[in-house]
Parts: sequence; C-alpha cells; structure tokens
Amino acid sequence: MSTTAKTVEAAVNREYEWGFVTDIEADALAPGLNEDIIRLISSKKNEPEFMLEWRLRAYRHWVKMDKGAGEPRWANVTHPPIDYQSIVYYSAPKQSMVPGSLEEVDPKLLQTFEKLGIPLGEQKRLTGVAVDAVFDSVSVATTFKGKLAELGIIFCSFSEAVQHHPDLIETYLGSVVPYTDNFFASLNSAVFTDGSFCYIPKGVRCPMELSTYFRINAAGSGQFERTLIVADEGSYVSYLEGCTAPMRDENQLHAAVVELVALDNAQIKYATIQNWYAGDQEGRGGIYNFVTKRGKCVGRRSKISWTQVETGSAITWKYPSVILQGDDSVGEFYSVALVNNYQQADTGTKMIHIGKNTRSTILSKGISAGHGNNTYRGLVKVLPRAAHARNRTQCDSLLLGDRCGAHTTPYIEVANPTASVEHEASTAKISEDQLFYCKQRGISAENAVSMIVNGFCKDVFKNLPMEFAVEASKLLGVSLEGGVG
Amino acid sequence: MLSIRNLHAGVEGHEILRGIDLEVKAGEVHAVMGPNGSGKSTLAQVLAGHSAYAVTAGEVRYDGQNLLELSPEDRARAGVFLAFQYPVEIPGVSTAQFLKAAVNEIRTRQGQEELDAIEFLAILREKLALVEMDQSFISRAVNEGFSGGEKKRNEILQLAVLKPKLAILDETDSGLDIDALRIVAHGVNALRTPDNAMILVTHYQRLLNYITPDYVHVLFNGRIVKSGGKELALELEAKGYDWIRDEVGAVEPLGAA
Repeated sequence: MSTTAKTVEAAVNREYEWGFVTDIEADALAPGLNEDIIRLISSKKNEPEFMLEWRLRAYRHWVKMDKGAGEPRWANVTHPPIDYQSIVYYSAPKQSMVPGSLEEVDPKLLQTFEKLGIPLGEQKRLTGVAVDAVFDSVSVATTFKGKLAELGIIFCSFSEAVQHHPDLIETYLGSVVPYTDNFFASLNSAVFTDGSFCYIPKGVRCPMELSTYFRINAAGSGQFERTLIVADEGSYVSYLEGCTAPMRDENQLHAAVVELVALDNAQIKYATIQNWYAGDQEGRGGIYNFVTKRGKCVGRRSKISWTQVETGSAITWKYPSVILQGDDSVGEFYSVALVNNYQQADTGTKMIHIGKNTRSTILSKGISAGHGNNTYRGLVKVLPRAAHARNRTQCDSLLLGDRCGAHTTPYIEVANPTASVEHEASTAKISEDQLFYCKQRGISAENAVSMIVNGFCKDVFKNLPMEFAVEASKLLGVSLEGGVG
Repeated sequence: MLSIRNLHAGVEGHEILRGIDLEVKAGEVHAVMGPNGSGKSTLAQVLAGHSAYAVTAGEVRYDGQNLLELSPEDRARAGVFLAFQYPVEIPGVSTAQFLKAAVNEIRTRQGQEELDAIEFLAILREKLALVEMDQSFISRAVNEGFSGGEKKRNEILQLAVLKPKLAILDETDSGLDIDALRIVAHGVNALRTPDNAMILVTHYQRLLNYITPDYVHVLFNGRIVKSGGKELALELEAKGYDWIRDEVGAVEPLGAA
C-alpha cells in the first residue's frame, strides 16, 4: 500500500463516538410481525380507525410482496437475508405516564440526548433550533413547541399529530409515498411507531431550524419512523435530521419514510446528517438504512431541496427524490456519501419533471475508503407535458486507497423535446503531491486528508445550516475550526 | 543554521546529488544556480523531505538536529519552508483555511496558543499587501485556477505568514513576468532578517537583480563546482553555463562518478 493510502486510512478510521447504550427499561412487544402486532401498535398509540385501516392495507400489500419478489434486488449492495419475524417492531422507554412536560421525562433519556449533543432542557437547548427527539419507537420531547405555535406552526411527534390533527394526517399521509410504493415503504407504513410532523401555515416563514434527532437504543429492534412535512402556500421551512445508534455486532434495520409536500410558492429545505453505527472494521454489525424519502412540489413555483451527508450505516439504500408537479417548481439534491471499511452505499435521487419549466439540480459527492463500495444511482425523468424542463447533474467520486469502489448509474428518460438535461461525472484520488504540499506547511497527513476531503465536499456543505455544516465536516474527520470565512 | 555534508541522493536508484557540501548561516542568502538537470530542484525537495527521493549518503544538520530524520511536517514545524516550483492545487479549500490550519498546527506543536479567526485574518491582510494581492485571493481555493504568477505570489504569501527560519525558494522566478518578479522579489527582501536564511534555487541571474545574495553556488552534475559572491552570478550570465561545463570538464569528464 502506498504511503498516501496509509495516511488516508488512518485519517478515516476513527472511533465511532456515539456507540454507547442507555440502560433503560423498555416496554417492548415480542419479536415478529402479524396483524395482531399491528393492531397492538395502533391501539398502544390510541389511533383513530383510519390509521389502523391504512396500516393493515399496507401490511397486506407487504405480505404479498414478501411472498412474491421480496426485497428490491436491483441495488449494488449485498447482505444476508433479513428475518422479518425476528425483529421487535415496538420498543419504547417505559414511563409511568405520558410526559406532559420535560420535568416528567425520564432523566436517563434527557442525559442520553445531552450526551449526543442535543440538550432538551429549557436552559440549555440549542438556540435557533427546535428539536423533536425520537428514542427507539417514540418521540420523547419536542422543544420550542409553544413558541412555534404562536405562528401557527405545528411541530410535534407524529403520534401527537394523529391525536390532535387527524384531518391533516388523513389528507397528506401517503400522498407522496403511497403504502404500495416499495417493499420497505410498505413495511414502514404497516409498523411505523413515531416520527415528526410539521405544518407551516400560509405565508409563514419558520423562524428557526426544525430538527428531528433519531436514536436507536434497544437491541433487536428496528426503527420505523415516519416524517411528514407540509408547507402551505408561500411558506418556508428548513429541517434537519440527525441519527446515531449503539455499536452492536448484529445488524439492525432502519426503514423510515419521509414525505414532503410543498404547495404554491412554498419552500422546504431538508438536510440529513446520517451517522448510524456503520459496523466494525471487519464489517460486523451496523445499521441497514433502507429509507424512502420523497418530496412533492405540488404547487407552482414551489421548491424542495434535499441535502444529505451520509457517513454511517452498514448499508445505505436511499434516494431522496422530488416530484416536480407544479409549473416552475424546483428540485435540488446535494449529497455527500462516505463509505469506509465494508460499508456499502447505493444512494442518489429521482427528479420527476411533470410541470412546465421545472428545474432540478443534482450534485453528488461520493467518497470511498477501505473496502467501501459507493454507488450513485439517479433518475432524471421528463414527462411529455414538462416543456422546457431543465436538469443539471454532477457526480464526483473520490477514491481513498485501492480496494474501494465507486460507481455511477444515471438513468435519463426524456419525453419532451424542449427539455435540457446535462450529466457530468468525475473520479479522482488524493495525490501524493497534495499531501506533500500540506505536510511541507506543517499540516499532519491526517489533517491534510481531512482538509482535502472536506474541500471536495464543500459545494454540498454550503447548503447546510452553518452549525450543521460544522458538524458534518467534523464527521468527515475534519475540524472546520481551521477555517475562516 | 544549515550544514550539508557530502549529500548523495537520488530517485529510483538513479543518483542525482553526488556529494553536496553547503553551509548556511543565519542572516545569509545563498543562490544555488545551475543548468537544467544539475540537481537544483532535487536538492530543494530532499531538504523538504519529499518521499520520492532517497538519501544514500551524507548528512544534513539543521539547528543542531539531524534534518534527514525528521518527517516533512516536522521539518516545516522546525522552520524549514519550501516555496514550490509547481505549487499544488487543493480544490474546495480556501487559501485562508489552508494557511490557518498550517499556522495553528505549527503553533500548537511549538506550545503556543492557536490564533482565532480574527487574529489570523489581521495577519493575513497585512501580508497580502506585501504581495500586492486583494482580499478575494484568500477566499479562493488554494492555487485552483491561479495564473502562474498568482501561484508564485501565493508561495511568497505563505512564506510571509509562516515566517520560517530557513526558506528554500525553488525556481520561484521561473515563468514570472517582470511585474510579478518585482513583487516576489520585494516580498522576499522584506522578509530578510538577521535571524533567518534563504536558499534561492534559480536557473537565471535575473532574480538576483532584485535580491542580492551573499553567496552564489553553481551546481553542476550533482555537485557544487564553484562558489563565490554575487559577482559570480553576473559572470555566469555573461559567459553562460558552458563556461562552467568547460572548466569542470577539464578537471573531470562529464558523467564520471
């Protein structure tokens, strides 16, 4: 192995900081999946009839798929078969009552989130960011709810939304990702236990970042959360999602669904910093992150932006997409995906142009190290009605070492002759000369690699809110403290 | 400050430096001149510690230490700076970010406190004036899309910010127009102090019209074959390198080991 490869390896092989386990008693269902389990989940959550019906329809659809073709097999990833009957579908920290305020939340839970850098207490919580904290299957606390409510913004756990805003849920649930969408989305629709819900009323610009932090804690459980964001006409919201899990030798399944709805002139920015446990250096353990994320620009001139920084998970299977239905609507996808050791990522986006003059931008940065395997998979589809649709796609790969892989699989389908679609791709390595140049200035090899990788990702990071851009670059093994401006 | 004794070095078994001897004291400026292929750049790279070159014999003492035992980053932290002949591009990393990382890593290793963004920017602004560049320069990615002259000025900017004890300028004058040459030379002159030393590696005499060296050495076929004062450079300019070739050749045939 060359010296470059060695220093690169040292730089990317850092300990996973968030691998601890919270010792807390859980109220968990027995492993396994059947209609009774679904009824139990629904009744535990005291759901209205339409929710149970919807779950059961999803479950019956999933059973058909499971008996048929099963999981999707087209992705460039491999894993042993998943035994869906061995998964615990509901696990909640045991509390004597539903907490009405933070004082009633188990201090162990508050401590857990504090340790993760997400203080929930009134005194310490992050300024300018409202957080919904999800622990295993349930939301434990949501900050700044009252302040947001003054503006008419609803920001709460999904379970709470089902209780208090069932009409909104009934209208929009499954409107972007129907329960028939794909194997994992169907599974999620049947068994999802919590997540976040957000509604921004007409003309309101949400004054702070909204954020959901997902924490998997219990062993043997899966996490199936569902996020729904509805931005009404002329509104704006910026949303951020973070995630971590303990280090365990077995794989755990995370099958989430996120739906975004943007009405006329509304704008939603959705950012993810995904740092699920990735497995050890031999590839044991880690999260299977099989997630369906999709936004629908329903209204004219609406805009949805996805920004994702994917550094964790044993396997990432994820394609945050935008359906550009409204005329003049805009979709964006900015992605950094890093794989190391034996991690696998098959990630990208779908931009479906339906309306006239719709525009989309795709910028994907893949970094592969160790034995990691990284695939960009993207679809740009222009339907017959989408006159003058435009797309620009750029996919760049950076290879660290000589045992990793980078693949690019773009699909382009254009059915309108006035559309314009551009695709550009590049592959690069960190050169010996770049490393020597940095070292000659006194910068250690490790920091040099971090800096170069960070520079490679810069165009994606600049789409993240400032404080999260810092976190993202730290995640890549870099400190932006070294940067001015 | 720097003492090179019988230094032999090469790349992939091919010997390029064949016994270099050189003494550099604080406050001195040495020009190392020579025709293409004489080993000038190799000497610069070996002193900086580039891993492509293997030292096969001889020693280099720097400030009482064995320089050859130090990693490239430790040499830099000990005050050895190389202005590159071909500065490297680092896409997406701003010049300010890059230099701040360098300054703070060096400071940390020397037991000093890191500079914060405001302190650092103040220093950087002052040094920008020295190389006559405006502030937009430091937010551009390191050397990316820079003209030849801008890349060399960036090297001098870094030299000014890092304030090394020993600066080695590898053909910093090559490819510069007369204005850029003047700016680079002005920067270098402003940085001369009684405590630091410089080695100017150059093919042409014209840089020495702007920077007056204390000593001039002629490198030929991997050895220093002639040393003198600044007038030696003028003599070279007038007579060309063939003069040296003839003179050395008379003593020892070309290519003799």
